[in-house]
Amino acid sequence: MNTNNNLYTIVYATLMVVATAAILAFVSMALKERQQKNIDMETQLSILSAVSLAADANSADDKIAYVQNEYDKYIKNSYLVNYKGETVPGDAFTVSLKSQYDLMKQIASAPEQEQEALKAKLQLPVFECTMDNGEKVYIVACYGTGLWGPIWGYIGLKSDFNTIYGAMFAHKGETPGLGAEIATPAFCAQFKGKSLFDGNTFTSIAIVKGGAEEGNPHEVDAVSGGTITSKALDASIRQWFEYYVPYLQLSAKAGNAPEETVPMAEILTEEETSVEQ
Amino acid sequence: MDKKIFTTPIFTANPVTVLVLGICSALAVTAKMQPACIMALSVTIVTGCSSFLVSLIRNTIPNRIRIIIQLVVVALFVILVDQILKAYVYEISKQLSVYVGLIITNCILMGRIEAFALGNKPIPSFIDGIANGMGYGIILIAIAFVRELFGFGTLFGHQIIPLSWYASNGGFYENNGLFSMAPMALILVGIVVWIQRSIQKNLQEK
Repeated sequence: MNTNNNLYTIVYATLMVVATAAILAFVSMALKERQQKNIDMETQLSILSAVSLAADANSADDKIAYVQNEYDKYIKNSYLVNYKGETVPGDAFTVSLKSQYDLMKQIASAPEQEQEALKAKLQLPVFECTMDNGEKVYIVACYGTGLWGPIWGYIGLKSDFNTIYGAMFAHKGETPGLGAEIATPAFCAQFKGKSLFDGNTFTSIAIVKGGAEEGNPHEVDAVSGGTITSKALDASIRQWFEYYVPYLQLSAKAGNAPEETVPMAEILTEEETSVEQ
Repeated sequence: MDKKIFTTPIFTANPVTVLVLGICSALAVTAKMQPACIMALSVTIVTGCSSFLVSLIRNTIPNRIRIIIQLVVVALFVILVDQILKAYVYEISKQLSVYVGLIITNCILMGRIEAFALGNKPIPSFIDGIANGMGYGIILIAIAFVRELFGFGTLFGHQIIPLSWYASNGGFYENNGLFSMAPMALILVGIVVWIQRSIQKNLQEK
């Protein structure tokens, strides 16, 4: 047969592409459910690890089942809030942090009269976690752009909506040993016990290059050699919390009487030296 | 069957150190052993299967579109591997990130299909593909071994260098950050090429 004939070539190419597409479509459909479970499991694990739960997920036989189980056990409630602090309909678990972040960028560059309309579209996730001792922790999210790609995190707040219970940060591809240090337990542990408000004024948590001032409840150490990542994380925490502030203030007022916070000195003594190299 | 089909790509004509193909991924995924092994396995499977399939249909492929047909075959297997990794070893597929998809552009694949599979029977083509994948894989694993050991003090995530040696625990040792970065992989590939060339004198240019 003449394999160089035009008709043969076209028919051959068409059949090849159709056959390949059919195989790939079939495989994609067959594996989709399992792939989605992995992605969900990762999000659940991130949320749990912000409050130091599910610590032995990596040694569990069936990681997906273990994480799902822990998640169902501790995360009793989750909802979305808007920038006024009101609950809005939607699923906190499936909301895309990236699209909220894109919206925030849009708000920042929009003319003033359009900002309000854009802000109203924001949906910020909150996860309510009930610890073993009955203590309630409210987990909020943040997302931003690091040096090489996205960075994101979950921050757990005590029921005074001011003191940080714990935090976890993750990144897609920051430099190993430098920017990637933001995902280490040592870095995340610095946030424990820090507070977001100074009296009634929102101060955020600053990530300070050259080292945080000792005893300052609003500062943590930046990563040596990871300046751009540290700055990006600082900015994204500030940016997200600015939108969360009304929710935090409303919730703090609404009957969630502030508990006695742990004195700063106790927490600060532990985890301070770890990130410097 | 000729044993040389199998041994040549692994040693004397290694795709990475002699043909200098697939360097990009050899730098990118060799920071740790586990992703390097998975990558080596993935490339071996893809080279073997795509060489086999192309060889099987080699007499029917229209000459004018043969490169595109080869690409479609390679892409098919790469996407299959990528999908399976995402479903069953999610953590590792995240570490390999785009590099699994980039197997498609790995010159070893197209090179072997053009040079061997198009002119040989399916079984020898399959063996040639597997052997080239393994030749690539061996270099990857060797580099990953050195990089993980000195860069992180671990192998497959298990601590090898005693924790009590570390400066943070009062010892004298620090992990070498350079080993965890891509430039060190290039230096290591260079060292392997050097060693191989001083053993195999026929590789040296006059």
